[in-house]
Amino acid sequence: MKKYSFSEKKDTRSGFGAGMAELGKTHPNVMALCADLVASLKLDAFIKENPERFVQCGIAEANMVGVAAGLAIAGYVPYATTFANFGSGRVYDQIRQSVAYSGANVKIAVSHAGLTLGEDGATHQILEDLAMMRAMPEMTVINPCDYNQTKAATIALADHVGPAYLRFGRPVVPVFTDPNQEFVIGKAWMVNEGKDVSIFATGHLVWEAILAGELLEKEGIDAEIINIHTIKPLDEAAILASVAKTGCAVTAEEHQLNGGLGDAVCQLLSRHKPSPVEMVGVDNSFGESGTPAQLMEKYGLNAAAIVEKVKKVITRK
Amino acid sequence: MKLEQLEATVAQVRRDIVRMVHGCQSGHPGGSLGCADLVTALYFHVMKIDESRGADGFLNFSREGRGEDLFFLSNGHISPLFYSVLARKGYFDTKEMASFRKINSRLQGHPATHEHLPGIRIASGSLGQGLSVAAGAAYAKKLRGEDTTVYVLMGDGEQQEGQIWEAAQFAPHYKLDNLIAIVDWNKQQIDGPTDKVMDNRDIKAKYEAFGWATVDLVDGNNMQLVVDALATAKALKGKGQPIVILMKSEMGFGVDFMMHTHKWHGTAPNDEQLAAALAQLPETLGDY
Repeated sequence: MKKYSFSEKKDTRSGFGAGMAELGKTHPNVMALCADLVASLKLDAFIKENPERFVQCGIAEANMVGVAAGLAIAGYVPYATTFANFGSGRVYDQIRQSVAYSGANVKIAVSHAGLTLGEDGATHQILEDLAMMRAMPEMTVINPCDYNQTKAATIALADHVGPAYLRFGRPVVPVFTDPNQEFVIGKAWMVNEGKDVSIFATGHLVWEAILAGELLEKEGIDAEIINIHTIKPLDEAAILASVAKTGCAVTAEEHQLNGGLGDAVCQLLSRHKPSPVEMVGVDNSFGESGTPAQLMEKYGLNAAAIVEKVKKVITRK
Repeated sequence: MKLEQLEATVAQVRRDIVRMVHGCQSGHPGGSLGCADLVTALYFHVMKIDESRGADGFLNFSREGRGEDLFFLSNGHISPLFYSVLARKGYFDTKEMASFRKINSRLQGHPATHEHLPGIRIASGSLGQGLSVAAGAAYAKKLRGEDTTVYVLMGDGEQQEGQIWEAAQFAPHYKLDNLIAIVDWNKQQIDGPTDKVMDNRDIKAKYEAFGWATVDLVDGNNMQLVVDALATAKALKGKGQPIVILMKSEMGFGVDFMMHTHKWHGTAPNDEQLAAALAQLPETLGDY
């Protein structure tokens, strides 16, 4: 098992903020919009340096998406930001018509996705957004795993022409990816090569997959771990090549089992290489209040849950 | 363009609308006919647009429209009007109007950019979104320091959508005084008169309360009054407020049996009704 370590924990939303600050210097056409959540989205640095390229939209997300589409048509590259709940389900039709169907170069960049939003509870813990955005034609969907990857994804999206949904989170988590990584949209990252099982993980579950891989190694199970940061377009070649080698897969995501990464992987495998799959995710339920760690434990979204699913899927080979 | 030419143009646009809707036996003639004068005046008399033509003889179209005035149609169901005006203006072949709402057409039921029809900048049809888009474009134009205007046409039934009022508070907040919105205040919507379906009361007072400068257009089917109202609105530009024209219009205007009712909002004429309609609309520029 390849060794991964971290010297600090940071929130992925701060990676987004750092990416925006960088884009403020390098991309004069990049704009930021926000619906009354500037501090939560870590936009302070961007706004301080580029006040004229920031548009405060107030608590009116539908309008924010439309304004972003108008800015994009007029040649700017707007990042429309809010919590994931308000940047997906609440504005699905606005994104669908004014952004995706219209081919507007708008980036929907959203924080506080999933259970790890924590104490605010289920009203704010969107666990269906990847499913919604995956279903939308022409939408690119990215769910990075740590501060560095989120920063790199934020920067990469500025040069990617087309609508995109970038999803990140609130809690501090280990920073373990390369600070100078090249982020290629749609290209999965091989975290660890192995032969017994393929673990496809996204977002906060990637670090948990690494912890699971270390636990499995002690039990003589050699897990291949692949980070699927781009949910759409899916890196089909990487997934098929891995399962061709291992013969089974476990998916892991901070999202409903319905419609997320697990579904995407199952759809791909059932078409091209039917194989046993087990899925780690939220099973058709809403979340609740609690600390992020408590919630991930209660809803089975951690290393222990991944280990359990790996052991099960191997018996099904 | 002179008034007589504008009136001749809009007469042909009305023929195009009725023929398009008849041709596919679907679409929305009522609002299209009612707004025909306004959209014709915008494209043939008011808006600053790139008049250069490409090798194919059609107008060059840049979706970004830098340095140009922009028009957004928010009530996208009046697409027959939009298509006719764009074709007659020279963005694409008038013959293409025959493909309206048919398979493999660029003239989708509601306006779309997806098939790359020149002249269309945003998809619309799901109501309530166009004012936000226009506000975004107006914001961008101000940021660039352009001396241009962004126009957006909305329906009055559409004013029932919440997003309209999100955008209505956004535009004055950012002093988008390069934005001219038009509300087609025909007082009809699919299910009946707007005051019966969902009374949106005094739309003008609402916009004023939100911080807009308002212009009354008492008869949106009188070309002289339409041109005058657009001039009045333009004169209000640059004064720190977005502008809205409250346009009283008659749904179905120009075809007697389509007027004074909501029944022709989304209904196509049959062969006899088409003949009766065309008898009232002079062919001024040649049918497609």
